[in-house]
This record gives sequence, structure tokens and C-alpha cells, in this order.
Amino acid sequence: MSEAKTIEAAAPVKADPIGIVARFAPLLFLVVLMAAFAVGEPRFLSPLNLFNVMRQVSVYGLLAVGMTFVILTAGIDLSIGSLLAFAGLVAAAVDKGGISNRFNVGAGQEALGYGWPLAALAAVAVGIAGGWLQGQAITRFKVPPFVVTLGGMSVFRGAALLFAGGGPISGFDPAYVWWGQGKIGPVPVPVIIFVAFAVLAHIVLRYTRYGRQVYAVGGNPEAARLSGLNVRRVISSVYVIMGFFAGLGAFVLSARLNSSEAVAGIGYELTVIASVVIGGTSLFGGVGTIFGTVIGTVLIGVLLNGLVLMDVSSYIQQIIIGVIIVLAVAFDTFAKSRKRTA
Amino acid sequence: MTEPLLRMSGISKRFPGVQALDDVTFEVAPGEIHALLGENGAGKSTLLKILSGAQQPDEGEIVLAGAPVTMTSPHDAQRLGVATIYQEFTLAPNMSVAENVFIGREPGAGPFVNWRKMAADTRAITDRLGLGLKPFAVVRDLSVAEQQMVEIARALSMQSRLIVMDEPTSALSAAEVEKLFRIVRDLKAQGLSIIFVTHRLEEVMEICDRYTVLRDGRFVGAGRVAETTIDGIIRLMVGRQVDALFAHREEAKAGEAALRVEGLSRRGKAQDQNATVLDNVSLEARRGEILGLAGLVGAGRTEMARAIFGADPFDSGRILVDGKPVDIRSPQDAIRHGIGLVPEDRKQQALFLSLGVRPNLSMAAHDRILTGKVFIDEAAERRMVEEYRKSLNIRMASQDQVVANLSGGNQQKVVLARWLALRPRVLIVDEPTRGIDIGAKVEVHNLLYEMARSGIAVVAISSELPEVLAISDRIVTMREGRVTGEIARKDATEERLMTMMTLGGKKAA
Repeated sequence: MSEAKTIEAAAPVKADPIGIVARFAPLLFLVVLMAAFAVGEPRFLSPLNLFNVMRQVSVYGLLAVGMTFVILTAGIDLSIGSLLAFAGLVAAAVDKGGISNRFNVGAGQEALGYGWPLAALAAVAVGIAGGWLQGQAITRFKVPPFVVTLGGMSVFRGAALLFAGGGPISGFDPAYVWWGQGKIGPVPVPVIIFVAFAVLAHIVLRYTRYGRQVYAVGGNPEAARLSGLNVRRVISSVYVIMGFFAGLGAFVLSARLNSSEAVAGIGYELTVIASVVIGGTSLFGGVGTIFGTVIGTVLIGVLLNGLVLMDVSSYIQQIIIGVIIVLAVAFDTFAKSRKRTA
Repeated sequence: MTEPLLRMSGISKRFPGVQALDDVTFEVAPGEIHALLGENGAGKSTLLKILSGAQQPDEGEIVLAGAPVTMTSPHDAQRLGVATIYQEFTLAPNMSVAENVFIGREPGAGPFVNWRKMAADTRAITDRLGLGLKPFAVVRDLSVAEQQMVEIARALSMQSRLIVMDEPTSALSAAEVEKLFRIVRDLKAQGLSIIFVTHRLEEVMEICDRYTVLRDGRFVGAGRVAETTIDGIIRLMVGRQVDALFAHREEAKAGEAALRVEGLSRRGKAQDQNATVLDNVSLEARRGEILGLAGLVGAGRTEMARAIFGADPFDSGRILVDGKPVDIRSPQDAIRHGIGLVPEDRKQQALFLSLGVRPNLSMAAHDRILTGKVFIDEAAERRMVEEYRKSLNIRMASQDQVVANLSGGNQQKVVLARWLALRPRVLIVDEPTRGIDIGAKVEVHNLLYEMARSGIAVVAISSELPEVLAISDRIVTMREGRVTGEIARKDATEERLMTMMTLGGKKAA
């Protein structure tokens, strides 16, 4: 049947300039933005300021890495700010030596504490447990992720307020605080943690079977099921991963601030989702990269930092961030609709 | 014949790659029940969509009661008195009967609905139909037959002159069909015309006055039902020349039964005891042969394939692979036992359109290309994809080309390769050549032959009879969830298959 084989020509592959621009748009935008700030405010490009920006975005970045997994499956997690607050309080209490000792301050209190390793473990355990619960609710009871995590947002905030029982928990031992305020050479520790986990997540998504399954489930859940994937397990797992990053973020944040409080992390979900979406991950699932998320996170950090340096009011900053989120998604949708009609 | 109520003449409609309708003429007289007949894909649906205003013809004229009309939306058609009742009802399930009947046309003053008048009007219509429907019953709680009555009531409330019913009996029990027929005859006595689309030819003989047959988008005949026979209609429906491209292949040597299905049954939704999806289906597929599954749309072929593959549950029956009973509750179970399924809807059910060719192809066979149980060995994966690119002649720019940008035929080859990579014992292919061009069809057929030659038991579902006849070694026909016959390829003709598909399995037969 060699004759038949010639009937159908290979699909032509054209260079698609808009497609290429769309792919690198966040990076281009970041470069342009940095150039603009550098011209407007010379202090912006100083190494000190740049590391400062990176330190500020590290917690957002950790959360955004987790959120990338969730959004790749066409899910969403609104509970991360609350879960972060709760996990941070638990970590703080462990460092202080338990609930009854949590408000102790001053010399000698370190002897009572359980130390940062257990504290970090506790934060991560709380995050994972919270994520697991929500993943089960989503896959077993078929409640949409938006609703489950909206509920989680309230539940974990309530748990945090209950657990705090009053003011913040502050004054950790120096080994704990090092994870938020320390440096290795000139590089702040949180930045190292963020970059390390971003690389790890990139490897998981790009090179492992599990990563493939995340993209597949987000791209077409029915096809994934009919290809023999355990769709429910993949979906519930991304909320566990998100929970892990919420716990890790809680530990780093509390170390940086040397304090945990029940009102920590309010509004983080919006900044984090914005970072992921600006980085090119589709809210419809199946499309996105950790690289894009890192760019998106840095982009928002640079934007906020630059606006602060230029004395733009925080109200206007919020307006600008909101507009950029909508524009990013609009551009994404535009690029996609072009592809479909092409 | 008197002045027709409806005259569609010279209707042509082209879709990308398909001439769906080609110069079709269709006439319906006032006060008659008219059967519109044809095989799957003959063009009935397109003609109905044009008649209901959902699509516009490229060419042709529609004359309704002597006046030429143009219908650019379903609303136009309704205003002109043409109501269409689709197989999938268009009711709002959470609203009442009365609200559904008068949806968008609620009686009342200004923004306020006159509930009392709406209820009274609904009752007047249901009484006219001889139905005992309460106006404020919620539609979701009604049976399928009752919901259909609500659709008919809505059509009447719009002062329709012509009611189109697409497969109205396919979801009804025998008693419900009788009731529907009584109502349809009443409507006819009241001067309405009804277009009746059905695959059940005995129903045509029972209730219709005249018929029109389409084949491959063309008008092939019309006449009075009283002056023909079921055989005559079947001849009109299938009487085409067998496509020379679909050449028969040499006889295969069939081996042991790789797949046996015994007494597979699946009931429909709980509210509707009559809806049986699969009724005691038994069949076997042997190593090295292609078993063709023929049947009209809704005969239960896809449902059976999905039940075997674990994609849908079943209520009773058992599945044996290589003679051993296997417990299949999910696609993962089926895959573990060496069963693969190429689903009927490539884009919705098989492809990850946003991903590249490489991950699409390897998705079910990751076990073959893992290193350290976790990581995908990209080099091994590329070799595997390259192997199938060559053997299946998949045309792509690179392994990383997004699969959405491939042609339909190449997409289908990627899906087939996904299952070949799994080295299945049994491969079920559901409409393997739907929507792909003729050259690619021949290639897919050759692939199926090669799979069979390599010892795979291939089960091929196709709604195109010439395709079933060309590729199958044995053919099993289904109708309404039951197996209605089995025939060797050498004994099969389109006419015989059509008879088995449309008449077989009747309780009397």
C-alpha cells in the first residue's frame, strides 16, 4: 500500500512568531520591567536589593511551586494562606517546647524547646495532613477543588486562631531563625531553599513518570483514565504536595520573621496563583512549567519591590497586580484560540 | 399528491472534508407520518439540523406551506411551526412540566408570570394528548417516556404544524412505544405532520405513511410504505457499490479464544428499569483474527467495549482472558490483563491535545521505559516512538510536535501505537477510522491486519458496513444491547448484516 502512504502529507510546521513570543512572554516582560526600574531607580540593581527581592519572594515561590502541580491538574488551592498560618504556629510551638510553653520568652527558654528539626517536621506534617484531607474530599466526594479549599481556607484559619490563643508566638532559638534570616556567602538561605525545591520539582515534572501523569490528568482526565492512569490518586497527590510546600513555606516564613501568628499568609493564595498563571500555567490544566512559575514569582516580586522603591502607594500596587493577572490570562487565552483556529 | 406542507429541494451542505448532503429533495405532505431513513452517516442528522434552523444549507430551497422560508436559527423554525424533538431532550430537569412547556414564552403581564394561566394551558395541552401529567411535577422525576411527552407538549404549545422526532422510540419500552404511537396517530388526525427518524424498520411499517431514504448524503428513493417491504427499504439504504479500496484480505488463521465474554449485562439508570444497556452479551475473540462488531448507533457496541475494558461497570456476567476468568473493575485491571481499547472519540477520550507526540504515544507503556522505577528514560522513549513512527508511518515534524497539530489519521496512528507499545493480547478498536481521510483509512486497516497476524485478537467496531465487511474475519451484530447474530465474512453481505442489525433479536423472532 505504498501508494496510499503518499496521500496524506505531513502536517506543515510553520514558524509561529506569536507562539514563540507567548512562550517567552513572562521572561521578556521581566527583563523589560527590570530595565525600566533600573533606569528609574539606580538602587534597584544593587546586589543587596536583588537578594532582598529574592528573599521576599522565596516563601511565595515555594508555595507557587506546589501550586503549579495543583493547577496543572486543572485544580486550585485557596487554603494555602490559612494552612501556612496554622503550620507556622505548630512549628513555633514545637520549637518552644509544646503548647504550654509557647509564649515563654527570654533566656533559658531554649532548653525547653524541641529544636528546629522537629519544628520543621511538624510544619511539613501539618501541611501534608491538611493537603491530604482536602485531596480526599475532592476525589472521594467529588466536591470541586474550589469549594473544598474555600472551606479549607476557613477551617485552617479557624484552627490557627484557636491554636494561637491570643498573640503571636515569637523569639525562636538562633538555629531556627537561621533558616529565614541566615546567609550562605551572600545568598540568603530562603533563596537557596526556594531554588533547590524548584529544581527538584522541575525534575519531577519533567523527567518522572509521575510528572507525566500530572500533565496527562490535567490535559484530559478521561483519556488519562482510559490509558490506565489512576486519576484519583494523581489528583489527591497534588494537594498533598501543595500541603508539603505550605508547611515548608510556613517554617521559612516564621524563621524569617522570628514569629508566627494566626493572621499570617492572608491573601497569599492570590499572589501565588497569580505567579503561576503569569508564568504560563493554564488554569484549564495540562500546560505549564516550573521555570515559568519561577519567572512569574520573581516578576511579581520585582514589580512590588520596584513600585516600593519608586514610592508608589500600596493601594496602587494592588491595582497594578490585579490588572496584570487579568492581562496575563487574556494573553494566554488569545494565544490558545489562535492555535485552535490555525 | 396534494400541495406538500414541506418541500426541501436541492439541499446541499458541505463540511470540511465531507459532502454531508448533495442535492437532496425531501417532501412531507400535510397530515402524514413520514419516515426519514438511512444508514449512520447518510445525512439524516444534517438534514434535520437544517430543517430545525440549527444549520444553514449551502444551496437549496425550503418551502413551507407554499411559501419559501429561510431559517437562520432554531427560533425561526419554531416561529414557522417546525418543532424538533431530539434524542437528547432539551428540557430543564430542575423545572416543572409547565415551565418547560412554556419556557421563554411564559404567559403573564410584563415581567410577572401568570402561574395559574400557565398551569391551565399546560393542562389543556396534556389533556389533548391524553396524558395525566401534573403541570408542576418536576421534570427530573419523570420517566424518559414522560419527558418525551413534555417535549411533545411543548411542540404543541408552539402551534407547530410539523414535528420532527429523532429516534423517539430508542429509549422506550414496548408499552411506551404503543402509547407514543397512539399519540402520534392522534396528532396526525388533528392535521399535523410528523417526520419520524428511526432505525427500527418494523416501526416504519407499522406507523408511517411514506418514507424517504438517504444514502451517502444523497436522495435515493421515496414512496408509500404500503407499497414496499422491509427488504426493499434495506436495499435502498445499503445499495451502493462496495468501495474498491476496501479490498478483502486473505483469510486469517484464527487461533484460541483470547477473550471470552459470557452473559455480560448492564442495566441503565435506576429511574428507568426499561433502559437496559447490555443484555446478556456473549462473544469471543480469537487470537489472530479480526472480529467485526456491527450495529446501528445505540446498539450497545461501545457500551460493551467500555464494560470489557473496565471503563464502565457492569452488573453481571464474566470476562475470560486466555480461558481464565479475570476481575476487571478499571482500565488499569484491563491493561494488566492485556486488553487495550482505542475509544471512539479520539480527541475527547484518547489524546492529550496539549502534549507532544512522544508523551501521548508512551502514556500507557511507561513500564517499558522506566529507569529506577521513577524516571522516564528519555532515550529509550525516543527509540520507542521512533520505532512506531516508522512501522506505522506516522507523519510528524518531530517527536515533540503538539499532537493537536497532526492530521486526524496521524493522530489515530499515535493512539494505535500507544496500545501497540503495551503489547496487548486483545485490542478493541471503536470506530478506528472515524473522521480520517481515505488514504489513512487504508493504512489503519492494514495496521489492524498486521496486529491480527502478530497474534493479537482484534475486535473492531465500525458503523460503516463496507468497512466491517472488508476487515472482519467474523462479524457479530448487536441491537438494543443484545447480540443478534454471528456470521462468517464469506457469508456476509450488507443486506444480510442490515437485516440482522435492524430486525434481529426481536422477541418474536
